Amino acid sequence: MNIIIAGDGRVGSTLTRQLSTEGCDLTLIDNDRTVLESSIGRYDVMSIHGNCASMSVLQQAGVNDTDLLIAATSADEVNLLCCTTAHGINPKIHTIARIRNPEYTEQIYAMRDIFGLSMAINPEKQAATEIERLLNYPGFLRRDIFAQGRTEIVELRIDANSKLCNVPLIEMASIVKCRVLVCAVLRRGTALVPRGDFVLQENDRIFVTAPSENLTTLLNNLGIITRRVRSVLLCGGGRVAHYLAASLEKTGIKVRIIESDRSRCEELCALLPKASIVHGDCGDLELLEGEGLSKCDALVTLTGSDELNMIISLYATNREVPQVITKLADIGSRTVLDTLNIGSVICPKELICNHIVRYVRAMQNQTGAALSVHAIADGQVEALEFMVDENTLHCGVPLRNLKTRPNVLIASIGHGSRTEIPNGNSSFQLSDTLVVVTSGRGVLKQINDIFM
Amino acid sequence: MNYKMIGRFLGQILSIEGLFMIPAALISVGYGEWNTVLAFLITMGAITGTCLLIFLTCHKAPKILNAREGMICVGFSWIVLSLFGCLPFVLSGDIPRYIDAFFEIVSGFTTTGASILSNVEDLSKGVLYWRSFSHWLGGMGVLVFLLAVSPGDKDTGFTMHLLRAESPGPEVGKLTPRMRKTASILYIIYIALTIINIIFLLCGGMHWLEAICTAFGTAGTGGFGIKNDSIGSFSPYIQYVTTVFMFLFGINFSCYYLLLLRQFRSVFRDEELRTYIAIVVVAIVLIVLNIRHMYSTLEETFRHASFTVSSIVTTTGYCTTDFDQWPAFSKSIIMFLMMVGACAGSTGGGLKVSRLLYLLKSLGRNITQVLNPRRVKAIRNNGSVVSQQVLDNTNAYLAAYVSILVFSFVIVSLDNNTIGTNFTAVLSCFNNIGPGLEAVGPTCNFAHYSNLSKLVLSADMLAGRLEIFPILALFARGTWKH
Repeated sequence: MNIIIAGDGRVGSTLTRQLSTEGCDLTLIDNDRTVLESSIGRYDVMSIHGNCASMSVLQQAGVNDTDLLIAATSADEVNLLCCTTAHGINPKIHTIARIRNPEYTEQIYAMRDIFGLSMAINPEKQAATEIERLLNYPGFLRRDIFAQGRTEIVELRIDANSKLCNVPLIEMASIVKCRVLVCAVLRRGTALVPRGDFVLQENDRIFVTAPSENLTTLLNNLGIITRRVRSVLLCGGGRVAHYLAASLEKTGIKVRIIESDRSRCEELCALLPKASIVHGDCGDLELLEGEGLSKCDALVTLTGSDELNMIISLYATNREVPQVITKLADIGSRTVLDTLNIGSVICPKELICNHIVRYVRAMQNQTGAALSVHAIADGQVEALEFMVDENTLHCGVPLRNLKTRPNVLIASIGHGSRTEIPNGNSSFQLSDTLVVVTSGRGVLKQINDIFM
Repeated sequence: MNYKMIGRFLGQILSIEGLFMIPAALISVGYGEWNTVLAFLITMGAITGTCLLIFLTCHKAPKILNAREGMICVGFSWIVLSLFGCLPFVLSGDIPRYIDAFFEIVSGFTTTGASILSNVEDLSKGVLYWRSFSHWLGGMGVLVFLLAVSPGDKDTGFTMHLLRAESPGPEVGKLTPRMRKTASILYIIYIALTIINIIFLLCGGMHWLEAICTAFGTAGTGGFGIKNDSIGSFSPYIQYVTTVFMFLFGINFSCYYLLLLRQFRSVFRDEELRTYIAIVVVAIVLIVLNIRHMYSTLEETFRHASFTVSSIVTTTGYCTTDFDQWPAFSKSIIMFLMMVGACAGSTGGGLKVSRLLYLLKSLGRNITQVLNPRRVKAIRNNGSVVSQQVLDNTNAYLAAYVSILVFSFVIVSLDNNTIGTNFTAVLSCFNNIGPGLEAVGPTCNFAHYSNLSKLVLSADMLAGRLEIFPILALFARGTWKH
């Protein structure tokens, strides 16, 4: 598939890395030669120097035989113009534009029709939605949703005083008192697909497949507080904070935002009538205490500096804030991050990239291809969702009689509205949805690949 | 520095060379030259052994090459290729001394065409074919071939560094997003043009093996002749065909790609192509005027002049006449053409027409700025501004070019030859042409040089073909330190 990526910035280069390993033919457009140089040095891609909204540059990039254009420059207007121009030259092209301005975000659906966009992406909005979902279930570091919200893979961290610490997986069912499946464990930076006798240790991060209705039971039985979050403290008043506060306000959660820029505080006041806005420096720990750090249910660090976010989060976990969420612009090394107790980590850039990769996979959809793909356990494990169709082999065969590839695990089977965590006697039927977990990247292209 | 990675890479290159020896061996079988067949079999055995050893130790190495390792890989692989490629010459007894055989094969792979043989017609057919084939393989590049045939559409780890290091020209770009596709397109154009050339030669009544060998020499702009007087004894038709095809192989291959895409306008407007044509036409006219009384008819004068100009400017090195007998003016034009060379992105060597254009344009800019210090001026190529980085690289290239030229000239002068001989020998090897003037002229060869000079000239040929930096990088101290 031919793809043009306009704007080789943070999102652009992450996309380049992911899509070029997916086997797409990429052309990058940017008006900065240095970033292009470093990209063509690292990946097998072509680069065009110039303004991505100009017709001649787009034509040079071969827009006529391109299937998808992703506009991810820093300016919304340029992205829109770029997509519209490309559409004018090649009416069959799919376009994805990054739109970040909140004023545009309100009218995004109308704009999508007017400008003929296939998708509009907003990293900050996406991050806010993700944070809100985490706040709904305090205790999970991350949630991935499958089968239209009926199945989830959630990430949990095993602490020293966790009920699961030093417990083999077979005994887990008797502790959590519901059917769940640990489909991957991340121990000291390496992902494992565990067996029944696997013993969990402190600092492991586990990825649990569960039907959505069992999540509350799971949390209750693990002794993790499931009191609803009532008050949230946001450090930093950027765009993510704005989106997050606006939607939290609607659900009646009390929001307090600390922002260091006076005029931004005034703007936020105008935008968010119910939130309390505090003018001050988030790095000032006394100020945080004064604003009720130890009494709040959750703290989200959203400042523009990754270092500051990490320090505040470290302090907050130390002061035993029940839920801490850290936004990082760049996840340098997951192994280093794992040693720090900074709660859930949200990286807008990676969220958006996963989203686009899912779209690209869907575009290539042949029969039996994955409906969606989620990278879990720091990208070392893939969770894919498949629909069983008439070409699928081994329908109705109990799983214990099936020979699957090594490192492939069927994590859940969705029969209509009922989700089953499979055991040896389970089998799948036509039009069921399967969630399959594999530790090999890009190995599974279609459903029959899971069998030997 | 990741030695295993480089090792794995060399293994791949070597296995390609081994595969390409099979046709040469088959030709020897056809002609019943059992000595030569044995030589090829032993060489292929040695290559297989080395490859097995390499793959056993290095198959797990990572694939991603950075700029430095890319450079080293390119430089090394050409040397290793030559070390093994000359074995059939030695083992078949056609060229008994290893150093001579090494010189000959380096001259082949770098598409130079400088020979140490005085009697080419005595060579066995298989060796003759291998010698000409080395031109064809070296012309477009072995690494480009490797890129074209490496399996899979996924990331193979081959990045721009390799293409840059092996393809000639100041600005190397891809034609399509994938390296593999770009390399395939280049090779398809190359193979198609070569086949057309062979057909034209066969129409002129040439023997099939002669036609293939001549076409290989033309395509790679190499110039190993299959007769002692190069192309001189063939019919005028064949000389004209070769003139035209040498000229065609000196054009940037992306022009052919644009022609396939029907972008005639941008090809026609290409500054480098226009300059190249202008240089050729002017040189032919001047030489015809200068040598008009030397040949009996105007047709013959024109034929020899155009053949020689086309052969020298594309750095092929075929000849139909002894241009060493020409007047001084014609000879100095030939020396100028030697340095200019063909277009960037072609199979030719030399400084490249586009570099010459950049150099002249920046000279013009500097003169303007001396006169008007506040004047800001951009340098354009085909309408778009050339970045300062490219200009700096071109200037550095010229500096390296001149210093290597002078340095090699001084060393080669240790042998007792005239200054003209030594200078044109270095010039001819460094620009991948083949014949020089005087004692290395079209009717002579390089056999009389000492071993040291042959090594220096071999290094010059490699440096010239790979555009200096990959070879210089091998000698830089920073390369081998962490």
